[in-house]
Amino acid sequence: MITLPTESEKTSRIRMTLNGELTDVSFAPYKTLLEVLREDLGHTGTKHGCELGECGACAVLLGGKPVLSCLVLALECDGANVLTVEGLGADGKLHPLQDAFADLGAAQCGYCTPAILVTAKALLDQNPRPSRDEIRQALSGNLCRCTGYLQIFEAVEEAMVKIANQQVTAT
Amino acid sequence: MADQKSTATLPAKDAETKQGKLRVIGVPRRRVDARAKVTGQTRFADDIFLPRMVHCKLLRSPHPHARIKKIDVSRALVHPGVYLVLTGKDLSIEYGILPISQDEQALCLDHVRHVGDPIAAVIAREELTAFEALDLIDVEYELLTTISDPEEALATPEPRIHDYGEEGNVHKRVALEFGNVEQSFAEADEVFEDVFFYQGSTHLPIEQHAAVAIKDPDGKLTIWSSTQTPHYLHRALAKVLEMPAAHIRVIATPNGGGFGGKSDPFNHEIVVAKAALVLDRPVKICLTREEVFYCHRGRHPVLMKFKTGVKRDGTITGMHLQTLIDGGAYGSYGVASTFYTGALQTTTYHIPRYRFQGCRAFTNKPPCGPKRGHGTVQPRFGQEVQLDKIAEKLAIDPAELRLRIVEKSDTVTANFLRLGTVHLAECIRRVVKSSGWHDKFRKLPEGRGVGLACSAYLTGAGLPIYWNKMPHSGVQLKLDRGGGIAVFCGATEIGQGSDDVLAGIVAEVLGVSTFDIRLFTGDTDLGPVDLGSYSSRVTLMAGNAAIQAAERAKAMLAEAVAQQLEVPKENLTFADNRVFDEAAPDKCVTFAEAVCMAEAMFGTVGTVGSYTPPKSPALYKGGGVGPSPTYSYTAAVIEVEVSPTTGWITVPKIWIAHDIGRALNPTLARGQVEGSVYMGLGEALMEEQEFRRLPKKLSHALVHKFPSMLEYKSPTSLDMPEVFTELIEEPDPRGPFGAKEVGQGPLLPIMPAVANAVYDAVGVRIDEVPITPEKIMKALAEKKAGRAPRYGPSHFPNIEWPEALRVPPPWEGGDGNAVNEPARRAKPRPEKEKVHNS
Repeated sequence: MITLPTESEKTSRIRMTLNGELTDVSFAPYKTLLEVLREDLGHTGTKHGCELGECGACAVLLGGKPVLSCLVLALECDGANVLTVEGLGADGKLHPLQDAFADLGAAQCGYCTPAILVTAKALLDQNPRPSRDEIRQALSGNLCRCTGYLQIFEAVEEAMVKIANQQVTAT
Repeated sequence: MADQKSTATLPAKDAETKQGKLRVIGVPRRRVDARAKVTGQTRFADDIFLPRMVHCKLLRSPHPHARIKKIDVSRALVHPGVYLVLTGKDLSIEYGILPISQDEQALCLDHVRHVGDPIAAVIAREELTAFEALDLIDVEYELLTTISDPEEALATPEPRIHDYGEEGNVHKRVALEFGNVEQSFAEADEVFEDVFFYQGSTHLPIEQHAAVAIKDPDGKLTIWSSTQTPHYLHRALAKVLEMPAAHIRVIATPNGGGFGGKSDPFNHEIVVAKAALVLDRPVKICLTREEVFYCHRGRHPVLMKFKTGVKRDGTITGMHLQTLIDGGAYGSYGVASTFYTGALQTTTYHIPRYRFQGCRAFTNKPPCGPKRGHGTVQPRFGQEVQLDKIAEKLAIDPAELRLRIVEKSDTVTANFLRLGTVHLAECIRRVVKSSGWHDKFRKLPEGRGVGLACSAYLTGAGLPIYWNKMPHSGVQLKLDRGGGIAVFCGATEIGQGSDDVLAGIVAEVLGVSTFDIRLFTGDTDLGPVDLGSYSSRVTLMAGNAAIQAAERAKAMLAEAVAQQLEVPKENLTFADNRVFDEAAPDKCVTFAEAVCMAEAMFGTVGTVGSYTPPKSPALYKGGGVGPSPTYSYTAAVIEVEVSPTTGWITVPKIWIAHDIGRALNPTLARGQVEGSVYMGLGEALMEEQEFRRLPKKLSHALVHKFPSMLEYKSPTSLDMPEVFTELIEEPDPRGPFGAKEVGQGPLLPIMPAVANAVYDAVGVRIDEVPITPEKIMKALAEKKAGRAPRYGPSHFPNIEWPEALRVPPPWEGGDGNAVNEPARRAKPRPEKEKVHNS
């Protein structure tokens, strides 16, 4: 009979708000937030690229701030508020950032895209009208090998205009 | 950095073709796979989780070169959670991407050739368990001398890394001669000799390789893998597993970036396939980043020597190029890479006489293979930097010099490459104008400079990797009564936009929207064969096949509708999901109705299309590398700032013009140009697949210097300059709607343009890549000391070259054969029906 090594047993448990939903999950204690999201919660939108906190592909929002989920222990996230790419759209519609990235070629292979989208969202939440240099700075931790970044900057710039207009029409 | 948005000046002129104004092709649009990618729903290989799935980890050699004396897996086998342990004897059949270098084993049987060479595989219930069990495998190694670079390989015939190849640790030597170059040097006013070194670099796709294999419910094998070449993986699996290919299904998952790094059949793919068959359970593997560095197949380091004769007006009389390339531990694409280092020199500027000698050596390092530009990048760097030196010596402006000697369209070059359309002159003129070249070149203040370089690249390798006469790409269409269209094709989406190309073309021809199309690509069971995503072949080859299939479907529909509406079928237009006679608007049916009419008339509506490249005039041995249906051209001007005190280089602006024929989707085409510029800058400034020896008292072993993304530097959003892209759209009839490649060509001129700009800025020549501040400081010190202001290799070793195959150029009566080799008259292939737009 093939037994399960003790360290793999799902003995830890947290309750967090994931993409606006209260979520309970149990997992092996050693797992990172990234591994729990992907393997225990089936949220495979968040990616891994280096297991070293260097490439940025695992970025998610923790309490509204971008963090590298491969460097965060899931145990640290009890009671936390986590946003991943899966939580970006609303009422069946894409977030303006997603629409702009799709329309302007900001996603080619799409592997780094989820992390860049949530990082860009955090930027716009905190600074609705960032300059091109501020966008560069905010995304400097997210490596992309396909696009050369320029179409990503343009997509963020288009999205910020759309969001600003939405707010005007909304009030 | 100025806040100005870098805009691409897209040609506004209407793209007129026989069918009138184009609605889909040439129109910037959202790519068909965009929504999945921006919502994180694209299913990459590692996103696949299946019930009862188990995990595999590979034990990799810590030694660069050793014999395996003994391997004992007994302790690993009894570790809790371990199901299976495989070693070399379980998978001993050799394979490899090229038929002539089948030199790899899924798990090394007795000879490890580089740090990271896999020797055993553990399959366990949890990934962590498999990882732990690796340490329970006891291996006894007998260390062998390690070879760290090609010159060491030339000097160290024993021990042999492989028992095939030329001799000793020389893998391949080639020598080709097109006309008498010695005479061309005698006729020249000036002869230039320069040595350059191009360091290796790796693809660094953000997605690590991953694969999942299962034994299907009906007992066949299915494997999902992040691969650029499902067809070649399919063949390798059939060979190694000794299974009929009909019982194997390879599904290429969307690659999270490939760039050439996922275009060999890999150890981990074969291992999980075998394990799945043995265990009758899904088996998954995902490589760590460190393992991706050991897979490599990246840019070959190349030492090269250019000898070029020119007249005073800049015309080239002859060129002799020698390359010594560091192949790493296995063949991979290496024989092709070797030929590629000598193939494309003749495609940009007229070179009447040309001699090429190339040598690839084995070394105990991860194997090199095709990285974006595959073997043509390194010599292009040398050629364009040498041309800058020639222009200076002859006191001719570098742009003016190139304009005088550019090759003309439809030329057959000295080495018998038949060019398609050549709009390189237009590219040069565009970037000279947009960059303000003449106001800046040799006129900017100290520390600021501009550099110009050009290049050419092939639109798909003209010959298949394994010799056969079958089409290189096939497309199947299924038209549904509901108006939906299914497109089946082996073409593999690696981020370059092949899905969007297929959908765009079929939508254009049949007058529907891309949203009405469902794509089934990269699946060896569902689509007809496409050879894979390499050599920039997919747009042209799969595109032409798609046009043929769509035209055939259109003909069926037109005939049926014509009969129903009693209208001559020539009058029918397919647009906006309708089929109608423009002259009589009431004569109109929906596309779905047209399909139903055709189905009623002909039966089930399904068509196929395929594409085979034209025969190449290069009949000599070795002439199989370089031919292509057509070639793209690029010119780039790069502005740099170099700090004379620190040598630090910043690149604020790049102007680049690319002869693309036609941009099928301008948004994506511009993305390919900017992505190429980005990757070129990485190689120009910072990327190195570098190795060092551990101290003698440790093991003196040769190890990778930066096997992680922490040390292996690649450009971030802060490094990327503004890029002004101009797409030159003069349709080339050989391409679908006139399209040529754009995925690799724009990378080539970046590195030489940076080197030329650095010289313009601070007057030092850096004749090697990457161009780092440290090298600039050393060159500035040489300059201050009054010595040659240069950093770079000083000598090229003398190599015993084989007797060259002598192939007289076309203008010296040559017929494409070598005079000192039995004439190889290629059997005339039945003339393929004219493929498209016929």
